[in-house]
Formats: sequence, C-alpha cells, structure tokens
Amino acid sequence: MLASLLRILTLIRKELLVILKDPKSRASLVVPPILQCLIFGYAATYDLNSVPYVLVDQDRSTASIALVAKLEGSGLFQRQGTFTQTEQAAPLLDAGRVMVIVVIGPRFERDLQAGAPAPVQVIADGRNSNTSGIAQGYASSIISDFAAARQAETGAKGAAVKVSTRAWFNPQLETRWSMVPSLIGTITMMMTMMLTAMSVAREREEGTFDQLLVAPFTPTEIMIGKAVPSMIVGITQASAILLVALFWFRIPFAGSVLTLYAGLALFLAAAIGFGLFLSSLAGNMQQAMILCFVFLMPFMLLSGLVSPTDNMPTALQYLTMINPLTYAIRITRTVYLEGGQFAELLPDMLALVVIAAVTMPIAAWMFKHRLN
Amino acid sequence: MEDRPLTLVARDLRKTFRRDTGEAVEALAGISLEVRKGALTALVGPDGAGKTTLLRLASGLVAPDSGSLEVVGLDVSAEPQAVQDRIGYMPQRFGLYEDLSVQENLDLYADLHGVTGARRAEIYPRLFEMTQLGRFKQRPAGKLSGGMKQKLGLACTLVRAPELLLLDEPTVGVDPLSRRELWEIVFKLIREDGLSVLVATSYLDEAERCAHAVLMHAGKILAEGPPAEITAKAEGCCFLVKGPQGLPARSLQARLFALPGIVDAVPEAGRVRVVRQPGQLDTALEIAGLSLDTEPVEPRFEDAFMMLFDSVAEERARVSHGTIVAGGSGPHGETVVEVHDLVRMFGDFTAVDHVSFSVRRGEVYGLLGPNGAGKSTTFRMLCGLLPATGGTLKVAGADLLRAGAKARARLGYVAQKFSLYGQLTVDENLEFFASAYGLRGSGKKDRIRALKNDFALENLSDLPSGQLPGGFKQRLALAAALLHEPDILFLDEATSGADPIARRQFWGRITALSEQGVTVIVTTHFMDEAEYCDRIIILDAGKNLAEGTPLEIRQQAAMSDETAPSMEEAFIAIVERERLKRTEKAA
Repeated sequence: MLASLLRILTLIRKELLVILKDPKSRASLVVPPILQCLIFGYAATYDLNSVPYVLVDQDRSTASIALVAKLEGSGLFQRQGTFTQTEQAAPLLDAGRVMVIVVIGPRFERDLQAGAPAPVQVIADGRNSNTSGIAQGYASSIISDFAAARQAETGAKGAAVKVSTRAWFNPQLETRWSMVPSLIGTITMMMTMMLTAMSVAREREEGTFDQLLVAPFTPTEIMIGKAVPSMIVGITQASAILLVALFWFRIPFAGSVLTLYAGLALFLAAAIGFGLFLSSLAGNMQQAMILCFVFLMPFMLLSGLVSPTDNMPTALQYLTMINPLTYAIRITRTVYLEGGQFAELLPDMLALVVIAAVTMPIAAWMFKHRLN
Repeated sequence: MEDRPLTLVARDLRKTFRRDTGEAVEALAGISLEVRKGALTALVGPDGAGKTTLLRLASGLVAPDSGSLEVVGLDVSAEPQAVQDRIGYMPQRFGLYEDLSVQENLDLYADLHGVTGARRAEIYPRLFEMTQLGRFKQRPAGKLSGGMKQKLGLACTLVRAPELLLLDEPTVGVDPLSRRELWEIVFKLIREDGLSVLVATSYLDEAERCAHAVLMHAGKILAEGPPAEITAKAEGCCFLVKGPQGLPARSLQARLFALPGIVDAVPEAGRVRVVRQPGQLDTALEIAGLSLDTEPVEPRFEDAFMMLFDSVAEERARVSHGTIVAGGSGPHGETVVEVHDLVRMFGDFTAVDHVSFSVRRGEVYGLLGPNGAGKSTTFRMLCGLLPATGGTLKVAGADLLRAGAKARARLGYVAQKFSLYGQLTVDENLEFFASAYGLRGSGKKDRIRALKNDFALENLSDLPSGQLPGGFKQRLALAAALLHEPDILFLDEATSGADPIARRQFWGRITALSEQGVTVIVTTHFMDEAEYCDRIIILDAGKNLAEGTPLEIRQQAAMSDETAPSMEEAFIAIVERERLKRTEKAA
C-alpha cells in the first residue's frame, strides 16, 4: 500500500515536472484561461448597446412624438430615417443597415386616449434572430413602459398598447453575470481534457508509456498519476477565472467557496476521466487532439452554457445527462449567483461522481489492453 | 579517380552551435575537403564528429561561421537555392508523409521540385524498378518497413536527378537485406548515371566500398584516402585470438579490449579479432597468466579505423570485469525465459508464427531478422506489452502480461527509441526511474551516482535528455534500465544509430552484466554484434529459420562452401534460402 502510494507520488512528481518545467508551457496553462475568460466575458454577451432603427410614424401626434422621445431617450435606439410608409423603410432593413422598424399606426393617439389597444408594430430582421429578437424585446418593453406611464397619467383602463413580445425582458440584466461563472467549468474542462489526453498520447508516441507499463506501476497507479496533476492544474485555472470574475468583472459571490470547490473537484475528476478515456482510444497526439475537439464541441453546446437544456429535444436531453459540463455549470451558477447550498446540489455532485467512476476505470483498463 | 573534376570544395570550414544550457559546441573545427565527381565519398567517424553538420552546410541549410564552400561549382553561401536545385539531400529522418501512399509521396516531391509530365514518365518506372516499390504504390508510407521507407526516401530525393547526392546515415535501422538493396541502387546510379555521392555512415563495411573515405573526429579530418590505403595502416597488427575452453568469446573480448596496447577487440566466430598497437607487437598476449594462441590475419577497414581513433581518443571508457567465473552461469544455468509455440496474429496477418526458444541465466540471446520479421512483436509479448494469440511464454517463471508488479520489477527494458522524458534532465530521468522501481533515500542516490559514473554522464546532469547526442541518449536509457539491478534485460535495437566506438563500450557493459548472472535478450541489425551472443535465433515472416551459436549459424549457412562467411553473409544466405523455398512451395 505504502509502496503503491510512493509510486503514485513518483508519477505525480514526474508529470508536474514535465508540465511545469518549461516557462512557456507554464505560462500556457494560466494565461490562455484568463484571456479566454476576458474575451468571453466581453464578447459573449446578449446585451445590445446600440440598435439602429427607422421610424414609420403614420400618426404624427403628440403621443407618437412622446413615444419616439422615450425610445431614443433610452440611448439604445439610433434613428436612421423617418418615413410615413412601411414600404419606404423596408429597403434599409433588407440592406441590413437597421435592425428594427418601428411602425406607429395612424390612430395611435386616438386609440390611446380612447383606451382602445393602440397598434405599434416592431418589425425585426429575422435573419439574425438572436440579436433582432433582443432589439425587438427592448423596443417592446420601452413601449410598454411608455403605455403604462401614459395610462397612469390619464387614468385610462384596459389594454393600452398592443405589443407584447418578450415584455418580461429586463434591459438591466447583464448576460455577463450568468456567463462568466459558467466559464469556470467550461474553460477548465477544455484545458484539462486536452492536457490529460495529450500527455498520455505524447508518452505513447515517445515510447515512455511502454516504459511505464513495463515498470512495476499498475494501470490504476498510472491513471491516478495522470489524473492528479491535471486536477491540480484544473483547480489552479478555475481559481484564476474565479478571481477574474470577482475582481475584474466584479460579479458578487453569493455562496460558499467550499461548496464551489467541492463541486469543481468532482467536475474535474469527471472531465479528466473523459480525457483519460479519450487518450486510451488515441494512438498518437494528433488523434488525441481530434478526439478532444469532437467531444468538446457537443459538450459545450449540450451544457446549458448558450441555450437552456430544457428546450432541447428529448434525445439530446439524455445526452446532457452524461455531460459533466451540464452539472458544473448548474453548480457554479447556483453557488455563485444564488448562494445555493451543498444539499440542494447533491444530485449534481453525485452525477459527477458516477461519470468519474465509470470513465476512469475504463481508461485504466484500456491502458493495458489496448491492442496496437 | 584522382583526375576526376571536383563537385565539392571546402576550405577551412568552421561551425559552432550553442546548446540550450549555453554551452558552445564546435561541430566543425576547420575542415578542408575535396569531393570528386562520379564517385562515392564516405564520411566516417564517431557521433559528434561533425558529419551531419558538414552535409547540412553542403546542402545550404546552415551557413558556416567561416571558411568557403563550393558545391557543383557554386558558392553555397551566396546561392543556396541554386545549389539546392542541383543536389539531392536525404537527412537521417527523411520527411515522408506517413498517411500518403508511396505514389502520392513521390508525386508530392516531384511537384515540389517542378518535375512534370514527360520527365516523370521517364523517371518513375526506373525509380520503381530500382527500389522494387512498384508493388506497393498504393500502400501508405507509414505502413512500410524501415528498409522500404528509406528506399522511398531515396526515390523522392532522386526524382529530379540531382548532380550530387548527400546521404546522412541512410541505413540506420535498416536490416542487412534492405541495406544491401539500398546500396545496390546507389552503386547503380554511380555506375550508369555518373552520379556523385557523399554519404555519412557508421557502418564501416559501407565505407570500405567507397572510392574515397574521410575519417572525421571532433570536427576535424583525421585521415582520408582510398579505403585500401587506409586499411593498409593496420597491416601486420591484426590477429585472431583463441581463448581457453569454455570462456565465451565476449568475455575474452572484454578482457583483451581492456589490456594496454590493444587498439580493438571484437568477437568473431567463437574467437576474438584483435588489433594491436604497432609498437607493442613483440609482447605475448596473456590473460590471468594464460598465454593465448594468436593467428595473424589480413586487416579490414574497421581495424584501421579503430587504430586511427585510438591515437586521438581520450581515455577509453574502461569497463571493469571481475575474475572469470567458470560454470554457474551461461548455458549451464537455470532456464529464465521460456517461449513455447508462440503465435501472434494481427487480423489475418501472422506476425509471429509458432516460435519456441528458451534462454538460461547469464546467457546473451540474440533475436535477428529483417524488418518486419516479428522480432519487436516477440519482444513486446515477452515484456508483457502485447497479449499473445497462442502459445505460452514465461519470463522469470511468470507471464508478464498477467503478472503483478513484483515480477516486472525483475526486468529492465530499453526500447528502440531510447524512450526517455525529453524535457526532463538526465538527473530527473534517473530519479524518476529509480523511484519507479522503489529505490529510496541514500540507496537511490548511491545507485544513481554509480551509474552516472559508469556511463560517463556526470557532466551532463542538467542537460534535458532530449538534447543529448545520440550515443549519450542510448547510455542514459541503458543506465535507467539498470538502476534497479534487473535479472533480465531486454534490449530492442539498443545500438541502432550508434557509432562503432559506442557500440564496443555498450557490449563491454553487456558482457560485464552477463558475467554477474544477468540474462540479456537483444535484437539488432548489426550482424557483427550477433558474435557477442551465446546463441541467436533468426526470424523471418514470423518463423524460426535457424537457432544456435554464432559459429553454428555460420556453418549452417556455409553448406558445402569452405570459406566461413561473415555473420552478415550467413544471415542473408539463410533468409534468402528460406524465402526461395517458400516461393517455390507457393508456385
């Protein structure tokens, strides 16, 4: 037992030496995650800061002017032109020069005063559904605010304005808040899976893996000797991203650090298990690299990072269940943003334990039995 | 020869490299050289003599620090591209695209060199005919044997018909049959096309066949001239020595090699071939009080080579040998490796076909065979790296694939590529392997120090092993495999690419180990190394063709012919005879 432990320590020491010896490779473990975190944090945001639009005001009333003032007063909407007919505005949208056309109906003020639903049409560029959807949402909510305020002023009752797409959207809510904590899992998964898979593949290519198998190491010892250093690297990277989230993006941390790290450790074990499993399939570094990419992309898409898993077809929802990143994102978001407790995350933690408990033994078995 | 025009003229070439540790290495220290057209010129010398650097300078890939170099009538420094357009350079590891087929590789190099239409139609059939690769046009280059890869590399180099061909150790890792075929191609080109060839090689029998040999040492030229002229320098100094009954030739060799006044000693057909310093010929040869029978023989190029190097070499790394132990080990000891009816299939291809042999404690056992004969597969099965399809194998009483860590701790393994952690230093590598085998504390420190001393690695402690010169990589790999004092040592082509001097040191160590009772199993492409073995087995296409002592194998090959062939000739004769039988049977 002690001998086995010492052998594992020998492997860990060797692995860390190989990873950390070269200053360049040392830097490549910390700088890219931080850069990726900054880039994702700034780039991957669904918030719009500027929406070019054209106005088709068929009413030309005080009310319509007040609405336009409210719209443009938000600072988001920049008018690129004013027309009286929708057909006149259409070419601008077609050319992609504006995102949205706001059409104020000819009886806007009258309907508003009469308490009847006043028609305002928000036409968006469906070719870029995501962005225009958001722009449409912004427009709708501003118009609704306007209508509500107007209603309160005049004391009129009933439905005021007939736009209601995504009225729930809150322009104050920053996507960054939900995005950056999710990156803790996403980026460390990319890095540790690659690191693990490549380190085994490199040893295979250089023949040192045979040397390990011939030495008195058992496959399990080799597996642990590969997993622990990757785990150390992963935890370091996760901490670096956490620091960026806390002190650069200033996103307040609501939960317990201990719970977060417990979740991260389990998640890394599962991700490294996958990396080891992939490395046992690959014969050389090139194959290991390709396998990693083949798996990483679906892992990211099926994790709830960019789109909620609940909206996916049932078959894909099952796939999200074997994806360690799904649980990691749920855990980090819940702990970081909502202050979730260990107990409520128990099912997610257990799922990660199960994934690690399946992939790691398979990898260890494959080390020895892989036929060339 | 002497009146032929020159194709390469070097004047006082100098080149210094800097290692990562900041240490400067003088690769060329003032080389002046003339290479004549339409002939074969060979560069020979130990690792680090500057052979590769000289070839790289000639091909315009590296610029000299000082001196002038003219190749095919052009100044290389001024017009490297113009020179490259007219020469062919085949580096040690030729850049074949492993996933592309033979034909695609050839097409690619033809495209790169702008060889088109008519010229291709003219040269392709000839290249395929010479290399005999025509049958394998569609095979991916990665799936070719070592010998075929080199032939394809040569074909790719020849696609644009160069005026001067530069070859850097073209036959490293190539079996004797493919080696002979490769040289047939080169000689044919010299004869028929008047091609000029400059080759760097560690095989001295290859240098013996050239028109002009250049012996290099530490970046300088030690001697040059026609091989016969160089060989003549050892005239009268060469002898065959017969040892006392029962003493393995390698044990006698190791002791003779350590004697003062002895330039070289190699085992040959159960006896030892000795080269003595010219001034020391009068004294009788004796070991442990026994005077030995000597018989003068004609010198070979190798004898003269060793004589010339002896005069400049620093203190020869002496391996200490204990007193001669009679019995107890060698062919009389207990059986430690037993292979019975071993079979290994890959799909429907039989890599190892019912092979049986056994090895006793303290024996040195050689596995010989052409590339793809099944040697490495047998080796991997013995080491427990590959399961057998059929048959049984026992190493130290256990099947290593299933045996626990304890059984594996008894063996040492040096893989073909000297598998070390290239980023880690010499010390770190040794530390790792020592700890892997459970060495700790002061015991570990002492063992590492002793081995570093033995293998002359002390001054290289902090150099990453990936930057070690070839010969030192091999030493480090062997040192790493010996840290835990294994009972059984597996060496897979451990001398591939090593120079003649390094190989003698290596075998001196193996001899010392076998005398301590270590069982050694080796594979090698150097047939002269088979002479160090107690017994050898020759495999081809997975089958056992012959087994016995080196002398028995030679006799078996000689048949009615009276002259005892060299080990290499015996090997080729046996393999070809069996191949002929097989094709006759098939027909």
